[in-house]
Amino acid sequence: MKIHEYQAKALLAQYGIPVPKGNVAHTPAEAREMAAEIGGEAVVKAQVYAGGRGKVGGIKMVNNPAEAEKAASQMIGTRLVTHQTGPEGVPVSKVLVEEASDVARELYISILVDGTSHLPVMMASQAGGMEIEEVARSSPEKVFKSYIDPAIGFQPFQGRKLAYGMNLDGGQIGEATRLMTNLYKLFVDKDCSLAEVNPLVVTADGRLLALDAKLNFDDNALYRHKDIQELQDKEQEEPLEIQARDWGINNYVKMDGDIGCMVNGAGLAMAVNDLIQYCGGKAANFLDIGTLNNTERVVNSFRMFVADPRIKAVLVNIFGGMARVDVIAKGIVEAYQQMDIPFPVVIRLAGTNLQEGQRILSESGINFIRAKDFYDGARKVVEAAKGVMK
Amino acid sequence: MSILVDESTRLLVQGITGSEGSFHTQRCIEYGTKVVAGVTPGKGGSKHLGVPVFNTIEKAMGETGASASLMFVPPALAADGILEATEAGMPLIVCITEGIPVLDMVKVHRYLEGKPTRLIGPNCPGVMSPGKCKAGIMVGEIHLPGSVGVISRSGTLTYDVVSQLTSLGIGQSTCVGIGGDALPGSTFVDILKLFQADQDTKAVVLIGEIGGTMEQEAAEFISHKMTKPVVAFVAGSTAPPGKRMGHAGAIITGSAGKASEKTKALSQAGATIAPTPAEVGLTTKRVLESL
Repeated sequence: MKIHEYQAKALLAQYGIPVPKGNVAHTPAEAREMAAEIGGEAVVKAQVYAGGRGKVGGIKMVNNPAEAEKAASQMIGTRLVTHQTGPEGVPVSKVLVEEASDVARELYISILVDGTSHLPVMMASQAGGMEIEEVARSSPEKVFKSYIDPAIGFQPFQGRKLAYGMNLDGGQIGEATRLMTNLYKLFVDKDCSLAEVNPLVVTADGRLLALDAKLNFDDNALYRHKDIQELQDKEQEEPLEIQARDWGINNYVKMDGDIGCMVNGAGLAMAVNDLIQYCGGKAANFLDIGTLNNTERVVNSFRMFVADPRIKAVLVNIFGGMARVDVIAKGIVEAYQQMDIPFPVVIRLAGTNLQEGQRILSESGINFIRAKDFYDGARKVVEAAKGVMK
Repeated sequence: MSILVDESTRLLVQGITGSEGSFHTQRCIEYGTKVVAGVTPGKGGSKHLGVPVFNTIEKAMGETGASASLMFVPPALAADGILEATEAGMPLIVCITEGIPVLDMVKVHRYLEGKPTRLIGPNCPGVMSPGKCKAGIMVGEIHLPGSVGVISRSGTLTYDVVSQLTSLGIGQSTCVGIGGDALPGSTFVDILKLFQADQDTKAVVLIGEIGGTMEQEAAEFISHKMTKPVVAFVAGSTAPPGKRMGHAGAIITGSAGKASEKTKALSQAGATIAPTPAEVGLTTKRVLESL
């Protein structure tokens, strides 16, 4: 789960990490008041779940409250398109108004869990303000890592190593070590999947300050963090994905094609999308219905397809294991009884209770396109979407 | 032969009295697996599905000689369940549970270091040695005893691949679902090592997917240490970057996480790449014929 920058900074501040003075504004008038409180120069930053804001007018320097109001009015109510969003962009409904900082140097720190060592790793670099992957590729000598033993936590010697790696000195070494120790504490306390301060700046007067921050959270751990769950801004998410979750379909990802897919299992669902592309079509979604054996989720999947005007044909590919094929078949028939389904549906079933499932489909009298295997299903749905097969 | 589980495996089920635990324990017993014990704290002393239930794993192992554990414990309690089984000296733990927090698994991995326990999963379909032992939730009937080892990060895609193999008359020595999480207990390399050492495994089918670098590590192992042929497919070539595709570990966060990069690494290492997920069986057949 993602949160906004202003929320991430509030969490950092709670953990004793210095952030610029600022506040969130929902209207241009509020932005004006906040700029007045700060006094003098300020920065107005669009709050969206996407990076790359600076390059597309999502971050503006202002000299006085009137300029802050103007900048906010140019952002609030618009959609911001960055290299991390789709062409439709993401809506801006609030801005962060912050005091401007006098920046001497830009650094980078982050924590994530490393898949190979199975340990949290603190990364630091003197090349802040850039994407760390890019820095790691072009100048790997500028990226320093320290793996953290979960039994003892982040240790001062690790902080010193990374701080010296960022070319800090004097009192900044202790300051950076404290900052990293606190960031690790936040990472663990809140079950983050990523905690990134980029840039971490050294101000002209030598202080460290988290100028931008990104916190992502482990979805599997949200059950124990009600406070974090409440921070979610549904407006920033894909509407079809929100709709799917509301209908009990947790594993739905919108894609850019016109073939609706309903599959059980994530690996199979990905493979189905790959195969559709191989056959010359494009999936409109990734949808793993999971293994819950009730017809409601099947009916709701069809509701998703009907609600999506892009859909030209649908492929149902179920390999029953935990999920029973007869229940899926019953769900499909129920969907036809409950709604008008305007597109052709290709069905491939295999696995647990297959015969019973086949019988239910045959006896329904509904005109499905039946596929004998995985490949056959993909081929037929691509033809159906092109209007060749009905 | 086979790897990890066989006819001598004495299976213990953690969470045997829950609905999923009950359903799948029954299927394992029907397949012929020796289920010798169940563990559900608070229900010790009772019997469930004809299997004696214990409060602790230590007691269950002491009284039944259980040699492997199959776990159906809810995500919030699962890490604790793995730790308990590890502490009791369980040689093999197969954890089916989906949704365990990553930082819980960080602790589990740290605790497992240097201990003799092998963990498969979490978030996996389990381990199956056809005709010998089913320690998992996979459909028994689609399997056929034979000499091809199967390793996969996915559940249902593996079922499809296994049924392709079986319908071509190609049997399997053991099928291992290592799971879809970002921090699996065993990796492709761990299982490739076992298949390489197993006399009865002639070839290996590897089903990877987007996210992480496990396929690249497997490629490294295949090119330097593997003498048996490997057939591979990596799912997710159409997955958009930054989106989690169902599995917790299936998210492209850097270029190494892409299906194309993984496929390239495996191909360069000498693995035969199946052109589509529907042709893994046929590709394996051709590879076996050329041996």
